[in-house]
Amino acid sequence: ILFIFEQYFCHIVLSPLIPEMATQEVQLNETLAHLKSESESLKSKLEEERAKLHDVELHQVAEKVEGLGQFVMKTRRTLKGHGNKVLCMDWCKDKRRIVSSSQDGKVIVWDAFTTNKEHAVTMPCTWVMACAYAPSGCAVACGGLDNKCSVYPLSLDKNENLAAKKKSVAMHTNYLSACSFTNSDMQILTSSGDGTCALWDVESGQLLQSFHGHAADVLCLDLAPSETGNTFVSGGCDKKANVWDMRSGQCIQSFETHESDINSVRYYPSGDAFASGSDDATCRLYDLRADREVAIYSKESIIFGVSSVDFSLSGRLLFGGYNDYTINVWDVLKGTRVSILFGHENRVSTLRVSPDGTAFSTGSWDHTLRIWA
Amino acid sequence: MTSTSTLSSMRRLVEQLKLEASVERIKVSQAAAELQQYCLQNAGKDALLVGVPTGSNPFREPRSCSIGQDVVLVLGLDLGLD
Repeated sequence: ILFIFEQYFCHIVLSPLIPEMATQEVQLNETLAHLKSESESLKSKLEEERAKLHDVELHQVAEKVEGLGQFVMKTRRTLKGHGNKVLCMDWCKDKRRIVSSSQDGKVIVWDAFTTNKEHAVTMPCTWVMACAYAPSGCAVACGGLDNKCSVYPLSLDKNENLAAKKKSVAMHTNYLSACSFTNSDMQILTSSGDGTCALWDVESGQLLQSFHGHAADVLCLDLAPSETGNTFVSGGCDKKANVWDMRSGQCIQSFETHESDINSVRYYPSGDAFASGSDDATCRLYDLRADREVAIYSKESIIFGVSSVDFSLSGRLLFGGYNDYTINVWDVLKGTRVSILFGHENRVSTLRVSPDGTAFSTGSWDHTLRIWA
Repeated sequence: MTSTSTLSSMRRLVEQLKLEASVERIKVSQAAAELQQYCLQNAGKDALLVGVPTGSNPFREPRSCSIGQDVVLVLGLDLGLD
């Protein structure tokens, strides 16, 4: 059941024929009206409470911090091999392997140092929108228009047909938009066009927890760094970013300041904040303990949507991949852009910093991936 | 959708809002100071921010050539590999 509240208030028709039912309808409407005004007042109270603590802007606090110099970042590797748009990628914990997925249905595992392809799988569907590397490095997960998330154990034998060992784990009722292993190979978190997120046991395929609260497609998710505990953040077409408790399934915080779909969410390395990228051409930073947006990264000249964001190791830099084919690099503290990177010949659709922060990788609709350092 | 399910959705919304309203918050000035502190403490390890000593960023090294580095040096070739 999708939560689309506003519609229902205008269309409750009273039944005039049976007096009892009419009275019940009237009572129902009164209760609904009461609940509606209660929710409105709670919403404004929430805004008031948040505003009280808004004593300063992040960039003001950061005024005394030394500015960043010029950055020399360029493409160090180009990974060619996909036959169509690259939609998603993820790094292996070994800091050199990458898994990527494409509109052509192919999932490829690369050695980013040498640019060699190590594995390739053809999915039974096109638009493989999500892929993830298992923490052990021994498996990858992927899915898309098939509404599923499947896990493929990676074989050392190059001749082995990976598709034979495929395990279907997650089942949604619409496309899979994102997936991520938790801190082990045993559980996977998924988000879907069906408006929900879900946590699954890989071995049994059992649904462990589902997360309801988004009013439209969920497009992205990110797990909190393990030290911060069992939460994750999701972003969706309802312009909301929700923070969830993985054990209870409860939405514990919600942020609605973007003006369009949120395509990407990523935790700040300390786990105390997260960044988002949206079709409204901005990236934003939300602090979880202040419970509010604390920075907007935007420029009048940037009018194309952000598809993907990630932080550098210290959290000082925020990289954003944009639909205008560029990567903008932002000073997270000062709110200014420090660099703009060119190279891709079509939209940047996915961007991830490597596990040790020595490089970042981008995937694009131009069919390639690039490694930047 | 019937009125009763609208009612239960509304009740859930009100409960959710109460939960969100009850979150403990800190001032932005304190939150911002802590974000800044984390950045500055970890800046030294951030290769994309400060760079690393030449030779220790594997991606800044040229792609490993199958011939082998030694042969390349002996022949005095500058392959201009990025």
